Amino acid sequence: MYAYDEIDRTLINERVAEFRDQVKRRLAGELTEDEFKMLRLMNGVYLQLHAYMFRVAIPYGTLSSPQLRKMAHVARRYDRGYGHFTTRQNIQFNWIKLADLPDALEDLASVGIHAMQTSGNCTRNVTTDQWAGVAPGEVEDPRIWAELLRQYSTMHPEFSFLPRKFKIAITASAHDRAAIKVHDIGLRIHKNEAGETGFEVLVGGGLGRTPFIGKVIKPFVHGRDILSYVESILRVYNQYGRRDNIYKARIKILVHELGIEKFAAEVEDEWLAMRDSALTLDNEVVEDIRSRFSYPHYQKLSDTPDELTAASADPHFARWLKNSVAPHQRTGYAIVTLSLKPVGGPPGDATAEQMDAVADLADKYSFGEIRVGHEQNLALPSVAKHDLPALWRQLDKLGLATPNVNLVTDIIACPGLDYCSLANTRSIPIAQELTRRFANHDLAELIGRLHINISGCINACGHHHVGHIGILGVEKNGEEFFQITIGGRADEHAVVGTLIGPAVPFAEVADVIEDIVEAYLALRARPDELFVQTVERLGVEPFKERVYATR
Amino acid sequence: MTSPLQQKIKINGPSVVTANRTWDGVVIYRDAHKGWTTDLAQAAIVHTADDARALLAESTADDVGAIGPYIAPVAVNDNGVVEPGNLREQIRRQGVTIDLPVSA
Repeated sequence: MYAYDEIDRTLINERVAEFRDQVKRRLAGELTEDEFKMLRLMNGVYLQLHAYMFRVAIPYGTLSSPQLRKMAHVARRYDRGYGHFTTRQNIQFNWIKLADLPDALEDLASVGIHAMQTSGNCTRNVTTDQWAGVAPGEVEDPRIWAELLRQYSTMHPEFSFLPRKFKIAITASAHDRAAIKVHDIGLRIHKNEAGETGFEVLVGGGLGRTPFIGKVIKPFVHGRDILSYVESILRVYNQYGRRDNIYKARIKILVHELGIEKFAAEVEDEWLAMRDSALTLDNEVVEDIRSRFSYPHYQKLSDTPDELTAASADPHFARWLKNSVAPHQRTGYAIVTLSLKPVGGPPGDATAEQMDAVADLADKYSFGEIRVGHEQNLALPSVAKHDLPALWRQLDKLGLATPNVNLVTDIIACPGLDYCSLANTRSIPIAQELTRRFANHDLAELIGRLHINISGCINACGHHHVGHIGILGVEKNGEEFFQITIGGRADEHAVVGTLIGPAVPFAEVADVIEDIVEAYLALRARPDELFVQTVERLGVEPFKERVYATR
Repeated sequence: MTSPLQQKIKINGPSVVTANRTWDGVVIYRDAHKGWTTDLAQAAIVHTADDARALLAESTADDVGAIGPYIAPVAVNDNGVVEPGNLREQIRRQGVTIDLPVSA
């Protein structure tokens, strides 16, 4: 966990006081909506279909138990008793009243939580691997650098009004759980031949209306230079990024239109002129940030405790263990993913009661720490293996032990037309129906790793482009239709999926997905050939034929 | 962005002006008495582009009470019951189409 200092606390508290005054003036009619809109967006407040939506940042996906309890409190006191975890390590409250927002912000500020950088054309909440600091094989904890970037970018005067929003993600593991290749800047921490830690920098990735996979702009930037290099990219973008057309304003369009070589040359010129500036990070600064992260006092524990061996005789526990529990850096500990994808439930939603209970479980079993992943699940990062059976029993009672992590029902979905004012179609009911169709865990296990991502409009908040199966809602003559793509992925081999054919109506989506999955089971070369590998090997044609032959 | 009042207004049938209430974001409709109502049945219904433009102008002038007024289609059945004219407006009126994680 990172401990905020007095500067952070003052900044957050001042921001709350400022927003309280802005809300008061808006409600008194002293600010017009045109004047107020940007101010509320800077505090994570959107207007959706039925109500205001309040988006709160969870920096680098790490929460303490008091912070999660405070989110439960906000859900209960100011909203309707639940929150929605998003694809960018944020939480959203869907029913909050404008008049209550300053109080909600103040309550969150008491535990160091805020809503800065969750909206607007600024650098957004920097995201990272939800297993940061505990993933085996990790080069180093990427949250140190995420925090440096957070401090650097928060309210940065030069970059508060960029051409468009700007998203940065960091990973320090070979397997990318942070989807860095579909971010404006993706940072992969690695070591060079001299053993120095630095960053492979990717730029120009993104989803939305025009998806691009990020391109490597510099294979190695030393840690001391990362802020100046990021600033150089931001400066080039700020100068040349389009402001005349919102659909062409993201950096991915600039990189695409200039070409990566020319864009890189512009950045290099900028960087060479400023790399030895105040932005150079000396070791002292990095170590100061590092020292503010506290780590658990791990014990020396058995990797095969008797409790685990005994409990594994229970097939339900064994299934969950296989599916939701991952290896940890420390012997005798494990990372536990808490599925927020129950059969028939809205993906990513958690009730206030669940949040409180998870906070209690984190205190009891995981050093008081909770993680939030972009797949819209939670994790307890450091659970002693001997505690796994007891933890499982309690998660099961809470509805948080569905053994479907990374399987067909672990669906990413945006809020869609049930909540969102931008959406063309609903997403959640499609996800719910699919979880019912594939509710049989034996079947889901047989299918293996398969990510279904659903977006209710082309803005792609549900990351449909990079779903193994992507579902995009489009409106046709007032009716909800859905385009299906296959073969996308968001990991270190990121690729945009391929459209298989004409859009299908709402009522047929689940049937189509079943057809695609059946085709995969029949076509795969061997049981461990993943869906995306089959698509890569055979292309989309066999799937297309299966879906459209009888439609 | 072009002001709603400067945009070309084209309506294909009965329409209302709808917005969100400023203090809590609740869905509201412009009524015939220069006020706002949460009840679609009480909304002022217009049938021509000129009337729609006038109703929208009057609604937009109330920047304190409402956010983002716009013209939305409705359907009026033989019994005079007013229904939203598309799925989006239906959801805005009736709420989400799914069960909430917590009962209201």
